[in-house]
Amino acid sequence: MILDALIHLAFVLALPPLLLGVIGKVKAFFAGRVGPPLVQPYRDLARLFRKSEVVSTTTTWVFRAGPVVMLATALVAAMLVPFGGRPAPLSFSGDLILFAYLFALARFFTVAAAMDTGSAFEGMGAAREATFAALAEPALFLAFLTLVRASGSLSLTGMLGHGLGRAWSSASASLVFVVVSLFVVLLVESSRVPFDDPATHLELTMIHEVMVLDHSGPMLGTIHYAAALKLLVLGALVARLVAPVSTGSLPLDWLVFAGSILAVAIVVGVVESVMARLRLLQIPLLLVGACLLSGFALVLFAR
Amino acid sequence: MTDNVASHSSPDETPQRSLRAAALSNGEAVPWKDIPRLSIAGLRDTIASALSRGAHLSAFTAFPRGDAGLTLLAVLACPGEGLLELAASDLPAGATSYPSLTPDCPQAHLFERDLFERFGLRPEGHPWLEPVRFPPGGAPIGQVDFYRVEGEEVHEVAVGPVHAGVIEPGHFRFQCHGEKVFHLEISLGYQHRGVERALLGGPTKRTVHQIETVAGDSTIAHTTAYAQALEAFSGSAAPPRAQALRAVGLELERLANHVGCLGALAGDVAFLPTASYLGRLRGEFLNLTAAVCGNRFGRGLVRPGGVRFDVDAAAVAALREKLHAAGRDVKGALALLWDRPTAMARFEGTGRVSTEDARAAGLVGVAARACGLAIDARHDFPSGLFQFVQVPVSVYDSGDVFARAHVRALEVEQSLKFVDRELAALPGGSTLRPGGALAPSRLAVSLVEGFRGEVCHLALTDPSGAFAGYRIVDPSFHNWTGLALALRDQQISDFPLCNKSFDLSYCGFDL
Repeated sequence: MILDALIHLAFVLALPPLLLGVIGKVKAFFAGRVGPPLVQPYRDLARLFRKSEVVSTTTTWVFRAGPVVMLATALVAAMLVPFGGRPAPLSFSGDLILFAYLFALARFFTVAAAMDTGSAFEGMGAAREATFAALAEPALFLAFLTLVRASGSLSLTGMLGHGLGRAWSSASASLVFVVVSLFVVLLVESSRVPFDDPATHLELTMIHEVMVLDHSGPMLGTIHYAAALKLLVLGALVARLVAPVSTGSLPLDWLVFAGSILAVAIVVGVVESVMARLRLLQIPLLLVGACLLSGFALVLFAR
Repeated sequence: MTDNVASHSSPDETPQRSLRAAALSNGEAVPWKDIPRLSIAGLRDTIASALSRGAHLSAFTAFPRGDAGLTLLAVLACPGEGLLELAASDLPAGATSYPSLTPDCPQAHLFERDLFERFGLRPEGHPWLEPVRFPPGGAPIGQVDFYRVEGEEVHEVAVGPVHAGVIEPGHFRFQCHGEKVFHLEISLGYQHRGVERALLGGPTKRTVHQIETVAGDSTIAHTTAYAQALEAFSGSAAPPRAQALRAVGLELERLANHVGCLGALAGDVAFLPTASYLGRLRGEFLNLTAAVCGNRFGRGLVRPGGVRFDVDAAAVAALREKLHAAGRDVKGALALLWDRPTAMARFEGTGRVSTEDARAAGLVGVAARACGLAIDARHDFPSGLFQFVQVPVSVYDSGDVFARAHVRALEVEQSLKFVDRELAALPGGSTLRPGGALAPSRLAVSLVEGFRGEVCHLALTDPSGAFAGYRIVDPSFHNWTGLALALRDQQISDFPLCNKSFDLSYCGFDL
């Protein structure tokens, strides 16, 4: 139990930048390039944390609170979600509500920090983020409800625990819908193609990146790390759903998790390479589609 | 050289034309005094009648007559006739205003603003008379009164002049309602270097180098236009081999820039593979130019009287081989893009400009051809090798980002064929035949279809044969208005995509 918690913590601290590195490698492969080394995101973070900060004089404490709250909420959320079949360090009945609203809290502060700068770009990004998040939230909740129905448990650890394999055999159609829906939520929450383009330099088209334009140095590093952590946390949900293997052996379970989370990162990279970005107007349509899928999954269970 | 000044009149031509305007071919010079001087009303009628026949305004400017006032000069490109019409009007000394042409002829709007800025000449009745580059009263560039849309929910977004990417400086002011753009105003001038003023009194040893830097990515187009103007003055012509090499250089320039633009368009919609491949292949075409003249942007290649570099048979074989390889890769990378529904969904219907708007605004080049206007100076006003070899005009009519991308892709295909064919059939002979002294007191008009569109050079010599005036109209000067029109009622997030699809020059505009 203690060992599980320690490994969990180690994954939380060390793994997130690697996922970005894997995505970068996959994209480079599709583009016929060598690409930056896998450890480049770690180096980038180290570079940012060594830098000094420039803070606009028009900002208040809200601006500084943004990155802090983002990191804090992502860390707590990471403690709630089970990695692979292993139980999460923190688990209680109804923790999935906390899980979902931790992200909402982070979003509130990111948006507030963006508005705090008074920049037209950041205001636009904030409006986009708020709109899309409002549509992603029902998709996440409906997916959770389906899993609650399938497992009979109200905690993430229970939901994604040993019973998952049985749920796949009895209600595979529902779970496929849930996986797709959660994958869409993963992409939009971590600002990946087709919703956002993390590689773009065009401030008029950005969503997440434009909100943090004014942050620099360690604050920007914190934001990048928290965003990568969010990718890990949501990726862990999807990874567990597609690889519901519980061997009971500690090293084997962790190995399965490591493999499946890397597979999720690779799939994200593939999606990013073979798809163009959606027009901003069409993003809500896809998110509504994800909500509908989750809804169908629930209906299939409830019939 | 024949001066077709008011010399012919056939029954199907309007009677005014033969009386009122001088006509000449691309790359010809006419005595300045032989250009018939019209009244302002006559000038307006001539322009209106030419536009109604499908012409567009290639240039509208003024040259000072010493202290005796200004002479307004319009260059009208009449594609159907293959002729450039000149219409001039003398303003009296001390005149500070004249009735604006813009209400009847929207194409003139930016030219008139330019006149207002250069000479303080006020076109009465101009709907939006702001200076083009320099704010009044010596305020810093960019600090102008922008058009504002009033209303509680309307917000302004200011972009630039410093951009997030490595691009030229320019300021864009959007009037938005949420994500929707009501109006875009573009304010340039940051790249002003005083090129046209520096050319006065020339040509000197320096002149050709200055011309090469008018717009770095259109070096060959601008230098060819300059060389044609000088050859018109001295009554000489470049040898056939030089003309072929100029055309090859021009098409290589088109290939490199179109390929780069298509790659950047793929990058702007986050479609990675095509963006990466074409980004690399642009370099291949630049390297081909470098293999001819030692410079990737074609500097040093074109000179008045011919070209400075020749290629031997072995070099031609190597060039063609590399061209084939690069051409194959470009087609493959483009096929990836066209087959990707998500990318096409971004291109189609974005940044649409109607054919009527394109004609009214006087768009040229790719932007015009993507709106269904079949204008191409290589076809309509051929000069050099294009008099003997026709390049098909690539047209598409939907007027959106897709159309502009598609027209570029078609032109890439045509240029690949053209360069390959012409390299295989290079005429023999010399490559440089220096011309004599420049004829005095003449006006030369020279048009070249650069990769963006029509490059127009107007040169006027004084009685000693030196430049008394030199005007350069880069296609960007016509087309920035097209970008502003394309953004109407669009999503502001699509601006970078629309901007790239026009692929305009800032320094070519600012001069």
